[in-house]
Amino acid sequence: MATLNIDIEKEQQRVQSELEKQGLRVLVCAGTGCVANGALEVIKKFEEFGVKTGVMSAQDKITIIPTGCHGFCEQGVLVGIPKLKTTYVKVKVEDVEEIVESHIKGGKVVERLLYVDPKTKERIQYDEDINFYKKQTRTALANCGNIDAESLDEALAVHGYEALAKVLIQNDPNAVIDTILKSGLKGRGGAGFPTGLKWKFAAANRGGKSYMICNGDEGDPGAFMDRSVMEGDPHKLLEGMAIAAFAIGADEGYIYVRAEYPLAIKRLRKAIKEAEERNYLGKNIMGSDFSFEIHIKEGAGAFVCGEETALMASIEGERGMPRPKPPFPANKGLFGRPTVINNVETLANVPVIIRKGADWFSSMGTENAKGTKTFALTGEVNNTGLIEVPMGTTLREIIFDIGGGIRNGKKFKAVQIGGPSGGCLTEEHLDVPMDYDNLAKVGAMVGSGGLVVMNEDTCIVEVARFFMNFTQNESCGKCVPCREGTKNLLHILQKIVKGRGTEEDIETLEELSAAIKDGALCALGKTAPNPVLSTLKYFKDEYMAHIRDKKCPAGVCSALKQYTIDETLCKGCTKCARNCPVGAIEGTVKNPHKIDQSKCIKCGACYDACPFKAIKKG
Amino acid sequence: MTNTLFINGKEVEFTNEPNLLEVIRKAGFQVPTLCYRPDLTQFGACRMCVVEIKYPNGRVMINSSCTTPPEAGTQVFTNTDRVRKIRKTVLELLLANHDRECTTCERSGSCELQKYSKEYDIKDIKYVKKRPEEYLPIDRGNPALVRDPNKCILCGACVRACSEFQGHSVLGFANRGSKTRVQPLNGMALDKVDCVFCGQCKAVCPTGAITINNEIDGVWKALNNPEKKVVVQVAPAVRVAIGEMFGMPVGTNVIGKLYSAMRKLGFDQVFDTNFTADLTIMEEANEFIERFKKGENLPLFTSCCQAWVRYVETQHPELINHLSSCKSPQSMMSSIIKDMLPKTKAAEGYTKDNIVVVSVMPCSAKKAEIKRPQLMTNGQYDTDFILTTQEFAHLIKSAGLDLKDMEEAEADSPFGEYTGAGTIFGASGGVAEAAVRTAYNMLTGENLTNLDIETMRGVDKNSKVKDTVLDIKGTKVKVRVVSTLKEAENSLQEILNGTADFHILEVMACLGGCVNGGGQPISCNDATIKVKRAQALYTEDKELTLRNSHDNPDIKKLYNEYLEKPGSHKAHELLHTSYSDLFKGSYKDLK
Repeated sequence: MATLNIDIEKEQQRVQSELEKQGLRVLVCAGTGCVANGALEVIKKFEEFGVKTGVMSAQDKITIIPTGCHGFCEQGVLVGIPKLKTTYVKVKVEDVEEIVESHIKGGKVVERLLYVDPKTKERIQYDEDINFYKKQTRTALANCGNIDAESLDEALAVHGYEALAKVLIQNDPNAVIDTILKSGLKGRGGAGFPTGLKWKFAAANRGGKSYMICNGDEGDPGAFMDRSVMEGDPHKLLEGMAIAAFAIGADEGYIYVRAEYPLAIKRLRKAIKEAEERNYLGKNIMGSDFSFEIHIKEGAGAFVCGEETALMASIEGERGMPRPKPPFPANKGLFGRPTVINNVETLANVPVIIRKGADWFSSMGTENAKGTKTFALTGEVNNTGLIEVPMGTTLREIIFDIGGGIRNGKKFKAVQIGGPSGGCLTEEHLDVPMDYDNLAKVGAMVGSGGLVVMNEDTCIVEVARFFMNFTQNESCGKCVPCREGTKNLLHILQKIVKGRGTEEDIETLEELSAAIKDGALCALGKTAPNPVLSTLKYFKDEYMAHIRDKKCPAGVCSALKQYTIDETLCKGCTKCARNCPVGAIEGTVKNPHKIDQSKCIKCGACYDACPFKAIKKG
Repeated sequence: MTNTLFINGKEVEFTNEPNLLEVIRKAGFQVPTLCYRPDLTQFGACRMCVVEIKYPNGRVMINSSCTTPPEAGTQVFTNTDRVRKIRKTVLELLLANHDRECTTCERSGSCELQKYSKEYDIKDIKYVKKRPEEYLPIDRGNPALVRDPNKCILCGACVRACSEFQGHSVLGFANRGSKTRVQPLNGMALDKVDCVFCGQCKAVCPTGAITINNEIDGVWKALNNPEKKVVVQVAPAVRVAIGEMFGMPVGTNVIGKLYSAMRKLGFDQVFDTNFTADLTIMEEANEFIERFKKGENLPLFTSCCQAWVRYVETQHPELINHLSSCKSPQSMMSSIIKDMLPKTKAAEGYTKDNIVVVSVMPCSAKKAEIKRPQLMTNGQYDTDFILTTQEFAHLIKSAGLDLKDMEEAEADSPFGEYTGAGTIFGASGGVAEAAVRTAYNMLTGENLTNLDIETMRGVDKNSKVKDTVLDIKGTKVKVRVVSTLKEAENSLQEILNGTADFHILEVMACLGGCVNGGGQPISCNDATIKVKRAQALYTEDKELTLRNSHDNPDIKKLYNEYLEKPGSHKAHELLHTSYSDLFKGSYKDLK
């Protein structure tokens, strides 16, 4: 047992009483999504409005808190007033006055700014009651959207650094590792390796210089959970890193963040500075023997730098190219020293595990995957945004309960999960409890948690092409299977969407994919064929339609698109002919029209113009 | 500690092999490699050496054997369907994106990609072929190296050689995905960046992406011109390597046969650079003693290696004064040939305008050396052609000759006689050892009793830096021998920060010295080849009756009759040179 010179409980009490003085807290989401929607102007208006009218008298003072991402980006700018149990959505600058006058001063809720349930069409006043939030269990994201991300005091108010204080008092690094091992926490960055085990391997090399790295190089298209943690609750991440560093015996750490996350970098820098000034980081943390210094390394935007060995090469100033494993970083990592590298979300889970115990954490999830997982829900669902659910939640719950179902009443077709290394799943997988093993079994992966929901209008071959294009552009170019192999996969997919595919191409896709999977140097390369393999597995008919029938069933691939007029529905209104930019539509008034396919440029103007839905595409 | 594992069912012992690949090779099995080079770090990029490994816990993995540490009890399979499929796919993918004009390629016959394509029966390439608009320009802008990016398979060997041997990183990777390239900064030509033309990039290149500028045609033209008197000289390291290209065992000294071949080819005079190596020692030992007595410009840097000289000129012009003013033995030979033969052999028709000097060298940098403005006399280059060991072997073959069949012969007088000191120039440490033998004599009037200075020898990757302290009758002379410019830079830093504690710095840019030069027969897959070549040189040194440069009778004669004495005015005119500041700026200045 060690004694500390900071009494964390007393600090928490002090901060609580400070916070009470703030009066009515108005939380305005200032995550990147809401900032893009005008959050900074809303905040300014609130402040300006408040000052002008003098509503902030000492007795009923209001304090505007710019928070990190609240997850429901679809509905931004989000304004939450917890004391009034109200969350306003899609708030614009011009709405601020009404919120203040009507609700804050007058006690009357502004109905028109409340969330409308897409199914029931009911207005819902508080986020706790909105399906999007109701079905979530937020641990890593617990504080995101509820605190001022730029204030250490606010972090302390929500148990910040309590877990670090606990391990420093206990002063038993092995006990920390045991707790994490017991909790069953696995890496949230993609591979799902047991975090405690990773620490244990590195801890075996304790004694010399070693490093703790946080991997914040989030690069999957559409994924932004790590950014949200870094922007919304940076101190939780710093605390998680410090605990990990204490466990493995590291005194220096790096956060590798992509330079495209300027807000995250700004807030992390501020958080590190404040934590160091107040001795929650730096030399002899809280008066203990443990010192830990954190640097920020801005990545230059290479997707491959999210791969741990490439990331370390990048920190060392080398080109970001993966190095073969073994040796594993736990034995020989950054600058040749033992290194643990964990993803942001993984580390954000650490403090709460220490605080509430391994049993609490492992009570959530499935047998082989404990705790919760964040997902970035995007695509054709009603509620897009960032969510966190217990491991084992089904796709159906996520897409239809939290996500509110498919937009515009369309039919669900597939969901792409796990980013460029993941796969496409279909209707038949909607009830699979999502965890590492189950997803791997059906040819996908949890990955970092990107979920792109697709409806019937999506062409699966085009989706595979999109991801392959991404992987090829982002391949580091080091090993032959990935560099040249993905180029050829992409080439074949391009041929198919242009209607020039052959049946042998399917064979080549399969063969080449197998060779890449077996032969590539790093995990990025080994998983690169997944989007092709999973779509081939579940949507072979669609590939064959492109190849044999020269048709894109979803009507997406423009080279294969054909617009035709259903004569039974056409009223001969001539609107299509008038809208056609190339004069490809012939016909006389009140008689069915016809499209000359040799002239048609497949722009879709007739399709959009027809008031009778007589024009069919396919 | 000895452990065992199984390779294709055969139990094999292993001890300290750095990787599974070495264990596999030791056990007599072969797996193909394109990016593996024993003297460089393992890269794991080509995926040709993949094997299937079954661990004792039942786990089966496919991994590159060059990067996998051997593990006791594992079952390794080198030819399963899965791994052969990967290798075949890799070859097909590489070939699809390769300039497959093999017949006209410099490396045809010695290309590793070509070899494996044959071994793996690649007949039909189903992948997307390189399109004409994807071809990149070939860099022929310098006298030494040719870089053809269309033949590059991105194995990264050159990038590693430049950075790990030379610490210089003239070549690096650029771009991502299928647009990845190996190129100098911003895609500039090699002569626009600070390339020293050591050719180690070429020595490790598995294909024809980096080759040496071929000048065989020019030499044939001179040989077939009755107006010309074509004189040839051959460097120390060539004699112990060129035999490899005629199927002779590694480390065979073929100098006698080589002289014969030269005569058969029609060279008018056959001289040996070993002679001017002895001459270099006379001048350099004398120069050292003068500097040592005055305490000036110490440590003295050897100046035989052109890549090293260029490195000092481009990177550390502030240290130019440390370089010995002696020309390289190659250049000394050319100077005296062109100065003396018109006088001594005027009767045989030698004039100052009709002599063509061809130097057979283990080196690519020499091709750049002879174009130095300082090595011109009356508007003419002292040396006309440099042929590398490889080029000279091709010259012999293209004349329909086989080196093996040649009879033993002697070189021509007066520049053919040499001592053991001259011959060891070909290995790292040889120049310093030869210089010390003569300096000892110059200072004491006696010869060293033990001429074998073992602490200066060794050419493998663990012998990059060798320090020796010599007691010359109470005076301590400290000699540092370095190979690779990366190690040289470390020594230069010691000089710059005042911690250097040596009087002579011998530097050879290539690991192990000239035996491992960029122009030597390809040996990058076997780290022991350069060791055997060096051994052959030391054997010759041991077997020669004369082992001190100052004991060479023809050298004595040359001084008596022509040069007067080491460091004389005439010696300076013919045998010494100057250096210039070629500093182009440093990336550090960009900040």
